[in-house]
Amino acid sequence: MSTSRSTAELRTPKFTETVGLIAGREVTTRLRSKAFLVSTGILMLAVLASVVLGGIFGGKSDPATVAVVGTAATAVEGNPALEAVPVDDRAAGEALLRDGEVDAIIVPEASDPTGLQVIGLDRTPGGVVQALSAQPGVELLDPATVDPLLAYFIAFGFGIVFFMSAITFGSTIAQSVVEEKQTRIIEILLSTVSARELLTGKVIGNSVLAFGQIIAIAVLAVVGLLATGQRVLLGVLGSSVIWFVVFFAIGFVMLAALFAASAALVSRAEDVGSVTSPVTMLVMIPYFAVVFFFDNQAILTVMSYIPFSAPVGMPVRIFLGQAEWWEPVLSLLILVATTLGALAIGDRIYRNSLLRTGTRVKLAEALRG
Amino acid sequence: MLELHHLGKRFGERVALDDVSFQVAPGRLTGFVGGNGAGKTTTMRIVLGVLGADTGTVTLDGHPLGTADRRSFGYMPEERGLYPKMRVLEQTVYLARLHGWTPAAARRNAEELLDRLGLAERHDDPVESLSLGNQQRAQIAAALVHRPEVLVLDEPFSGLDPIAVETVQSVLSDAADSGARVLFSSHQLDIVERICDDLVIIAGGRIRAAGSGDELRAEHGSERWELLTDGDAGWVRELPGVVVTDFDGGWARFEADTDAARRAVLAEALRRGEVAGFTREHTTLAQIFKEVVQ
Repeated sequence: MSTSRSTAELRTPKFTETVGLIAGREVTTRLRSKAFLVSTGILMLAVLASVVLGGIFGGKSDPATVAVVGTAATAVEGNPALEAVPVDDRAAGEALLRDGEVDAIIVPEASDPTGLQVIGLDRTPGGVVQALSAQPGVELLDPATVDPLLAYFIAFGFGIVFFMSAITFGSTIAQSVVEEKQTRIIEILLSTVSARELLTGKVIGNSVLAFGQIIAIAVLAVVGLLATGQRVLLGVLGSSVIWFVVFFAIGFVMLAALFAASAALVSRAEDVGSVTSPVTMLVMIPYFAVVFFFDNQAILTVMSYIPFSAPVGMPVRIFLGQAEWWEPVLSLLILVATTLGALAIGDRIYRNSLLRTGTRVKLAEALRG
Repeated sequence: MLELHHLGKRFGERVALDDVSFQVAPGRLTGFVGGNGAGKTTTMRIVLGVLGADTGTVTLDGHPLGTADRRSFGYMPEERGLYPKMRVLEQTVYLARLHGWTPAAARRNAEELLDRLGLAERHDDPVESLSLGNQQRAQIAAALVHRPEVLVLDEPFSGLDPIAVETVQSVLSDAADSGARVLFSSHQLDIVERICDDLVIIAGGRIRAAGSGDELRAEHGSERWELLTDGDAGWVRELPGVVVTDFDGGWARFEADTDAARRAVLAEALRRGEVAGFTREHTTLAQIFKEVVQ
């Protein structure tokens, strides 16, 4: 044995230490990449913008302003959707209308059954006409707790955030796997650490990044909702956001393992896209399913239990108030079990493909070893 | 002692290695020489455990190699590999830490080694921004930074200028002096001949010769002698038991059937005049190589 081995400075590293080093390298490499910082910044801005815009357009619309002539004022009085500006005659009203001060003019019109006439500028002022229309009373037997349009946007929001983060960090881990194969540093690494340490470090490093981004988005959305005075929406969203973060954390580990394993089958960066496309499909399922079927309770229920779509499906059902308390727990257990399975299979494929360069490794061969 | 015992490896129908056995002794530089496709890289990858052998074993100090042993190996693969966008020093420190060095010690080792290899100014440059020669030095640093007990280097001298060759040679010699077993392959037979203590020659997946330089010369060296005189040396052809192979003025190269016939040449030369030289022909590694691989 050689003489230069000092025990204070050199010892066999533990599994966790090696994994920590590898994960740390993944994180610092990504945090230094300008492309990563810019794309994260854009995503953050998009989230902030949608929250702020939601606050502006989502609030109650202001009452329409109408110029009223003479006795027409009595018809408008007490109508919450209309704000009356009394004017002396029609000509004065037209001046205000042309200046954009009012949305319409209401004048008495004896020949009309309603006794009124609405004058608009260039098109029918629908809001004003509707406010003046008589409507029958409506009674809902089973009123929806959530505004359906809002529900759609929330579902869409969960879908797109999951989709974006999973694709971004999934392709990051895939690129990182192929980079090591393509540059052949993999031979040096594997003569030092085990394939399992390498895979675990990569999955943890990229999961930490993805999870950090999701947390940042969640915090930004909450702060944005508070700042724009949308406390009501925040209260409704509350628990579904927390469940989303929990499901995402585990769901992403599963996807990361699958992305890493499939990327290990090829040796060139150009081939990453095609070899990871089956996994990419899996990531797109919950997104499109939510977009097309969010109002179909049966499909949504199925989605909330399938591991690949549960991170979106279950929080949406929690938001809609459709899920019993035990349902997210059960779905989470299914997700955890599937993730452990994905890690085991991913580990096998990864280990058996890493040193096989050149043509794409067949999946069956990679599984067999 | 690193020992390879009867390694065999097939790729499909092709036999890449056939009963490959040799040793790499501590404290000595062992050169591994062979043509393209002779099996050098396959052998090295098996030693490193990045490729499995079909048959045979590799042992270190008598016990079969395990993962723990390989942590004390340094490896420079045939196809160079470093993270292109990572900085030179950072990357070297990272590799040392993967081998179990503390952060401070890893940094000290890396700085010392990079400075010695002439990369002192390039610590914070990404590897991809270095010239090919400097990338090669960084690669050597990556193989040595954790002070390995076994060093396996595939073509460490290719692409280096003569000064860099000397630097790398001295780094490798120091590693050997501190007890490491050093095995490296090379096409550059002149370098191998100059710096190696031991040689292994492989061709067609079989070991053709192995041993120290002197041993190989004794076994495979030339039987021819060279005579240099001040007069015309044409008379050598007339002597019995002697065959002249080359001849030019006062110089002649000949093969003698017996020691007596060779001594007769010297005696005759001395009788005729000045003898400027009478030596056994120097056999270069290239000549031995050609002889044993044929």
